[in-house]
Amino acid sequence: MKPSPFRYSRPESVTEALVLLDDEAKVLAGGQSLIPLLNMRLAAPEHLVDINRLTELSYVETANGAVRIGALARHAEVLACESAAAAQPLLRQALRWVAHPAVRNRGTTVGSLVHGDPAGEMPAVLALLGGTVRVASIAGERAIPASDFFLGPLETALEPGELAIDAEFPALARSGSGTGFAEISRRRGDYAVCGVAALAWLGPDGRVGGASAAYLSMGPVPVVLDLTEAVAGAAADAATFPAAAGLARDRLDPQPDIHATASYRRHLAGVLTERALLAALADARETVAA
Amino acid sequence: MSANQGANGAEVHEVRLTVNGAARTANVPARRLLSDCLRHDLRLTGTHVGCEHGVCGACTILLNGAPVRSCLLLAVSADGADITTVEGLADPDGTLSPVQQAFAECHGLQCGFCTPGFLTTITAGLAATPNPDDEQARDMIGGNLCRCTGYQNILAAVHRAAEITRERAAEPGGRS
Repeated sequence: MKPSPFRYSRPESVTEALVLLDDEAKVLAGGQSLIPLLNMRLAAPEHLVDINRLTELSYVETANGAVRIGALARHAEVLACESAAAAQPLLRQALRWVAHPAVRNRGTTVGSLVHGDPAGEMPAVLALLGGTVRVASIAGERAIPASDFFLGPLETALEPGELAIDAEFPALARSGSGTGFAEISRRRGDYAVCGVAALAWLGPDGRVGGASAAYLSMGPVPVVLDLTEAVAGAAADAATFPAAAGLARDRLDPQPDIHATASYRRHLAGVLTERALLAALADARETVAA
Repeated sequence: MSANQGANGAEVHEVRLTVNGAARTANVPARRLLSDCLRHDLRLTGTHVGCEHGVCGACTILLNGAPVRSCLLLAVSADGADITTVEGLADPDGTLSPVQQAFAECHGLQCGFCTPGFLTTITAGLAATPNPDDEQARDMIGGNLCRCTGYQNILAAVHRAAEITRERAAEPGGRS
């Protein structure tokens, strides 16, 4: 199918974009989620503001303990950025699971946050790390913490007239901490049936100090769980974490759909919690050894 | 890009593209997908349109050298871009590119509908990873659907294309 007609603007600067963003406007960045919605007529905005000329927003910067990703940085650019991967390895670990290379070449990381799909990898990463999204309108700027940003499926705290400028992902506190990512989808690059981003850290005694995890496709927004009570004090090189898997199964309340029943999703959450946790702890142990 | 009123009152935008090395211009409404602009406005019907929501990969083209879905791009948004479609892969003298040659040799196609997307994707994939192992070859084509072949011959073609590229580079006068 084809998009329904719309008015089209293509600003050359952020200032111009903010003036153009009226109440009927929808922002077009990479379009890898928006254009399918337009093609299927699930969305029919009256006005499209194309920000692909705002090259001033193409940055991936690592400074002041965070990775700052501009609204026009493509997934592929973030994935390829060595300094971003060094500062926050979870970014690269998760971006590998975002669709296919052809989609990552065009789609933007900030766009995927603003799209707010609970099956998206990057919303879960932002939620787990406690990042923020900086948004601007002609009235001014504000920073929205991840915990307030995702409101529901495809719904975020962004107001009409606001443009997401960039997102800040806190860097990983080295040493003694690590991250891991695990996901199951029906085919490579498909939406996650379940996915887990994990962050784990070691205590001063070298045993597991604590962990947290964020879940994809397990609720209307990314769900963050503190796993510390289930893992603290365990051997850092333990082969399994049944208590953490059990905690995830108990606390999560997934919905069934055409791809999976709720109980299968819950089962996957347990299995993937352990996998992501093992990867995160292996990563954490390496930083100590190094 | 400049905007004018079209016959039906919809805004018409002039889009300038470099397609397979040639400067092209099209006057399109903003909602025209790049895939449709290539096929209908520029009469380059080698780019195939399957699902129109980014799943099948048949419409994959190279945008400034990188594979993208042309059904998930507005033609206006691509204004000024350098585009390679399947029509631009062979040499001007008709010599098949290494990927095209490998598909012919390995029977990497049956009905041919998905083939333009595979050819463009693998062309860019081999430029980035000239000697892929099996896992990398699978990953390279993971975003393209084929309903005929069962993929095994396409995988063989990825490896064969890498081989042909090396053979041609080793020829006297080394072409790629």
